[in-house]
Amino acid sequence: MSYTFLQNYWWCLIALLGGLLVFLMFVQGANVHLINGRLSDLQKRMVANSTGRKWELAFTTLVTFGGAFFASFPLFYSTSFGGAYWVWMLLLLTFVFQAVAYEFLHKKENILGVKGFRIALVANGFLAPFLVGTAVGTFFTGSPFTVNKTAIMDLSSPVISTWDSPWRGLEALAQGHAVLLGLALVGLTVILGALYLIINIDDTETETQMRRTIKITAVPFLVIFLTWLGILLCREGFAVNELGVVSMEKYKYLHNLIQMPEVLVMFLVGVVGVLLGIWKGALTKSRCGIWFGGIGTVLVVMAVFFIAGFNGTSYYPSNTDLQSSLTIVNSSSSRFTLQVMSIVSLLIPFVLAYIVYAWRQMDKKKITEDEIAQSEHKY
Amino acid sequence: MDAVIWSRLQFAMTAAYHWLFVPLTLGLAMAMAIMETLYVVKKDEYWKKAAQFWMKLFAINFAVGIATGIILEFEFGTNWSNYSWFVGDIFGAPLAIEGILAFFMEATFFAVMFFGWEKVSKRFHLISTWLTGIGASISAFWILVANGWMQNPVGTTFNPDTVRSEMASAEAFFDVISNPVAVSKFFHSVTSGWVTGGVFVVAVSCWYLWRGRNVQFAKKSIFVGGFVGLLGTFAVMLSGDISGVHAAEYQPMKLAAMEGLEDGGRRAPFSIVPGVEIPGMLSILATHDLNGYVPGINDIINGYTDNDGNIIPSVAQKMEMGRTALDALAQYRSLKDTDPAAAAVAREVLDANVQYMGYGYLESPEDVIPPVGIVYWSFRFMVGFGMLIALILVLTLWFNYKGKLPQMKWLLLAAMACIPFVYVCEEAGWIVAEVGRQPWTIQGLLPVNVAISDTSIGEVMTTFFVFLSVFALFLVIEIRIMINAIKKGPSVE
Ligand code: HEM
Repeated sequence: MSYTFLQNYWWCLIALLGGLLVFLMFVQGANVHLINGRLSDLQKRMVANSTGRKWELAFTTLVTFGGAFFASFPLFYSTSFGGAYWVWMLLLLTFVFQAVAYEFLHKKENILGVKGFRIALVANGFLAPFLVGTAVGTFFTGSPFTVNKTAIMDLSSPVISTWDSPWRGLEALAQGHAVLLGLALVGLTVILGALYLIINIDDTETETQMRRTIKITAVPFLVIFLTWLGILLCREGFAVNELGVVSMEKYKYLHNLIQMPEVLVMFLVGVVGVLLGIWKGALTKSRCGIWFGGIGTVLVVMAVFFIAGFNGTSYYPSNTDLQSSLTIVNSSSSRFTLQVMSIVSLLIPFVLAYIVYAWRQMDKKKITEDEIAQSEHKY
Repeated sequence: MDAVIWSRLQFAMTAAYHWLFVPLTLGLAMAMAIMETLYVVKKDEYWKKAAQFWMKLFAINFAVGIATGIILEFEFGTNWSNYSWFVGDIFGAPLAIEGILAFFMEATFFAVMFFGWEKVSKRFHLISTWLTGIGASISAFWILVANGWMQNPVGTTFNPDTVRSEMASAEAFFDVISNPVAVSKFFHSVTSGWVTGGVFVVAVSCWYLWRGRNVQFAKKSIFVGGFVGLLGTFAVMLSGDISGVHAAEYQPMKLAAMEGLEDGGRRAPFSIVPGVEIPGMLSILATHDLNGYVPGINDIINGYTDNDGNIIPSVAQKMEMGRTALDALAQYRSLKDTDPAAAAVAREVLDANVQYMGYGYLESPEDVIPPVGIVYWSFRFMVGFGMLIALILVLTLWFNYKGKLPQMKWLLLAAMACIPFVYVCEEAGWIVAEVGRQPWTIQGLLPVNVAISDTSIGEVMTTFFVFLSVFALFLVIEIRIMINAIKKGPSVE
């Protein structure tokens, strides 16, 4: 296995994990529905119990996404995490609250009350997809940082990756294009969340509410997403040549799509999947929209990562020092590390198979009001 | 104070807090799994109810454990940026494997265990309960591989082109995962979790006996909890002994600090408390040989000859070689594109001195001495309370077996007191391991002040206090919920 192959393989895995993460953020999207005033308290409790059995999947995917990025492209980890300090800390905090919220939610000793932890879940529901989306959005707009490996020999300021904005990541909020992706992701996860609740909860009123929400959300979501896409295809991109020199190229991302037709196909199939999911959720009686929407989401997100990183593109460009931009080649782990991890990654399908099997067993029975009323083990 | 100190404080606080929850997860999982096995094997509903009660407490604890684990992962990047780059090639792999294999398994097994009683078969459920605990232990293994590597960086070479430690070959991965320090750490910390879980079950049960309620349940639980706890204490002593030998071999300064040993030698004494010593005992413990040489703090500063006859240079010499390495690295990097021949020469100089590169950052030889008092006393707390716990567990089990325990108020109290004791052991253990290796993030290669991000003091202080308040809030809620669940008690007598 050549070094280049391994680097590309790991970028594919990162893309896959990214895709799964966005899909599984249906948990976050579903929690946003806790602010829907038309749901009764019991229905809200069913929502929390429904997402409460899946949140660990999204959470674990986030941890693994972070871990895999750290392992395969450590320079991204050290540059972005150490640099965009506030963004990552904020994301972290919302997830930390979410992780305890379920256990604490309906316990009377919880100090913040049911309301407090519902707010925590909703905050995570909005902020997580928004921040992740905006962070991925900066793959195309660039971020203000400098990488200088020789710095480590400088005793007075030894840090290799330095951030050139005092806003420590929050400056991305001024990048309209990146923010659009963040907003689009919020819309998408809200829709996915509704699709998931439709299939997971056995309650007609909740179902009606969810279908209604999908209708309302779909239009702004599509407008925002298509605007983001339009700007992406028209904008200058960060191209890398054989020698690793970065330069600006007009219509770079459009070129990437045309020059990698398989990615284009993937992207289009994904978009169709998401549209089908929305259609099934909003306009039919079908309960399986989540599968179309979910698989579609994975494909679209993977395609976005491919456009960002393949075909001689810098996936994490610097807009203060162009040559500091990160590419799959200059930010990756060593060949042997990638090789060992690649062997381990062959176990992923088995892990996935196990998870699917276990959840099929568990989800055979849908969540009902009776279960919430009677079960000992609930949130 | 500067950003380095605050970053260290933040990381130490998060790690210490995280470790309040992990050992209980590891140990309680064992106790629950044994109870559920009794239910399946003996077909006795009683054990099912018992297992379910402990599971409820497990779940409350598990949530906070997960919530704080992710903070550590993020903080590697946010606060230890240079470190992340420098070690990402080694450290990342175990971490990624942990995520891919262990976490997913653990999360799914947990869900089946918690929600699956009426949904999956008895066998599948039992397996899931066992695998929740085993999955958690496997997670622990991978993260301890990473920690062990920082204490004893094996299997890697420094690459001046990328300026980081890299896996030396695909086979070197096995050196990393079979690192003796990692292996003994794994056994020591996982079995310390059994002590914690066992003590927790015994102490809660003793509270029921104290109150004269749920007596049958308490007696039965004490057998299971006492067994897990006692097994744990034996394993902890065994593995702790091996950890000591490893410290002597790979981190002699840590051992010297643990013992407060200024000047070492052969037949080195073991200090019980200041002024009370057992002659020769330290040599036996550290080298398993009465005549083994154990260097003290001054010997390490001034240089010495170790048990294999190797001459260990003084710290001043190491600093000299470290500076040479850093200079050669700078030269190599400036010359490699323009003058390959000169660069090759610089590279040779670098390779010859690279093992001491981290020393090049030190300002004076005394920088290599960790805070001795903290390490010395933490070690004594860990071992002392560990032995006390072992004694109390033996007595509790014995009198429970004899049927006299409910009347022995003093023993019930002692058993309940073991909860604070065991947490002192747990935290003290990590203090020994981590404070004892200061100033290094990676032994000999990367001191803490070079490992950081370019964050400002204000930024780190802000997140420190945010985390501090969040942690305090969660701890209060968690304890309140726990106490209430315990008061409510199991659904069986
Ligand atoms: C009774 C005899 C014990 C001995 C001889 C012993 C020895 C040690 C040593 C030498 C270390 C440092 C290892 C290193 O830095 O690499 C350590 C760490 C530690 N100890 Fe103990 N210990 C004992 C009991 C306990 C008990 C009862 C607990 C908790 C219930 C405990 C929990 C820990 C933990 C959590 C660590 C940090 C993780 C690690 O480095 O393994 N120890 N112990």
